[in-house]
Amino acid sequence: MRIKKNIAVSDTGFLFNPSTGDSYSVNPIGMDIVQLMKLNKENDEIKKAIMNDYFCDDATFEKDFYDFTMVLRNYKLLDDE
Amino acid sequence: MAKKIYERPIIRPLNTGMMNKFGTRTEYLPVTHIDGVSVKSLIKQYGSPLFVFSERQMRENIRFAKRTFETRYPKVQFAWSYKTNYLNAICNVYHQEGSWAEVVSRFEYDKAINNGVPGDKIIFNGPDKTDEDLRVAIKNNSPIHIDHLDELYRLTDIATEMKVKPRVAIRVNMDTGIYPMWDRFGFNYETGQAWDAINKILASGKLDLVGLHTHIGTYMLTPSAYGVAAAKMADLALGIKNKYDTVIQYIDMGGGFASQNTLKGSFLKGSDIVPPISEYAEVICTALLNAGFKNTELPTLYLETGRALIDNAGFLLGSVIANKRLSDGRKATILDFGVNILFTSFWYDHKISPAQEFGMHTEDTVLYGPLCMNIDVIRENISLPPLNAGDQVVVHHTGAYTVTQSMQFIALRPAVVMIDLMGKPHVIKKKESLKDLEKNEEMPEFLKQFKLV
Ligand SMILES: Cc1ncc(COP(=O)(O)O)c(C=O)c1O
Repeated sequence: MRIKKNIAVSDTGFLFNPSTGDSYSVNPIGMDIVQLMKLNKENDEIKKAIMNDYFCDDATFEKDFYDFTMVLRNYKLLDDE
Repeated sequence: MAKKIYERPIIRPLNTGMMNKFGTRTEYLPVTHIDGVSVKSLIKQYGSPLFVFSERQMRENIRFAKRTFETRYPKVQFAWSYKTNYLNAICNVYHQEGSWAEVVSRFEYDKAINNGVPGDKIIFNGPDKTDEDLRVAIKNNSPIHIDHLDELYRLTDIATEMKVKPRVAIRVNMDTGIYPMWDRFGFNYETGQAWDAINKILASGKLDLVGLHTHIGTYMLTPSAYGVAAAKMADLALGIKNKYDTVIQYIDMGGGFASQNTLKGSFLKGSDIVPPISEYAEVICTALLNAGFKNTELPTLYLETGRALIDNAGFLLGSVIANKRLSDGRKATILDFGVNILFTSFWYDHKISPAQEFGMHTEDTVLYGPLCMNIDVIRENISLPPLNAGDQVVVHHTGAYTVTQSMQFIALRPAVVMIDLMGKPHVIKKKESLKDLEKNEEMPEFLKQFKLV
């Protein structure tokens, strides 16, 4: 899963979609995930990296990650359509 | 490097045009303690969900309200509106603060008697009083507030038969400029119904007309309506003095002052628009003082304030059961309390805070209760930090009409706890059990057995 190329990602937690003018705020862990997606990491690698940085169990992260990507898709920020 | 605390990843669109002039809402600031007692420990000890009442806040409210009226008018008497919350421990806090009781049914009446309120300090309101109820109230010398002519005739007959002169008031409804006008209770002022009832009472000589009562509505955001009402009540009292040389001893202005909850559909939060109690006091007391009563004949002002004295002293604690994503992309959170115990969520957008610390990011969420029913929605849309299953929330301003209107439906009702002035919690109502529920059920012999194959 990839974030669309044209989406601007700031270090301070904002996404900007220049083709629609919409901007979004993302919490820090969400930002970490977005940055990893920007680097074209696979889901497994993303999970490994996050689990490395945060106290969290597998099941919780998988559930939340799935939900998060669904929302990204819903906002048309993903490249996989 | 130490690992960071996990929080669910969230993203939300920024809607620059939507910010209102008060800035962003701070609803999601965590509330971890109530009167110094931690939410977690309360839930651990008494279960979730849980109603919690603050004795300190209740006493502060009634003391403040009394002071506010007493500094403006010489004779004031509060009566606790039982229907607003009639858990006995709650009633007794107000009785300890000097409030009488205001009841609207026989069982509320009996509750007040059992709590130790003297009969002559129980105001008996409401459209449904049986002959038996009236006899008991007469024996106890309780002021009976007559709602309709049928009651007036019945009461007159009973008084004749008992050879006593009961103390009565009539309930008056009127146009105070408020829509909708509450005209289903009592006798109307503008159409002359009120005078008709007064004439009947004073001409018969069988009842002792001691007071006049009104209750113009509830959650009234317009204090000026009370000024209009008080002036009309004073006009009736002065008219009675003129015509019959009878001094009306009290004017009862009922309840209805708004509490700081936010009505559904209101753009502004309740806490930003609800008038302080001093505004109601000012218009009521001014109207009575300026009406033209002789100093020695000034009626006592009775007040039956309910919600404004207790709403902010009650909290509902609950826990998150699960999160899900709806088909239209909205986030939904399922809580362990539903509309069955938070009936007021049908007309209020209750303020809800997380009970643990979170980052500053929030997401828009629908809050559902646990009932397997489509109507079970606590908030259609609220901005909250990413709550996880097992996290706890605090619902604010749930002191009025929640416990008394709660339904035993699908789920059993939770325990109710009061935190005393020293910060010690006391159970004032135990959690409901299946046994409580089935106590009055009976099983006919022929239905006792069945066989399933
Ligand atoms: C006769 C009467 N008095 C007092 C009250 C208490 O009203 P509130 O809780 O709005 O102050 C009510 C409630 O509807 C009422 O009907």
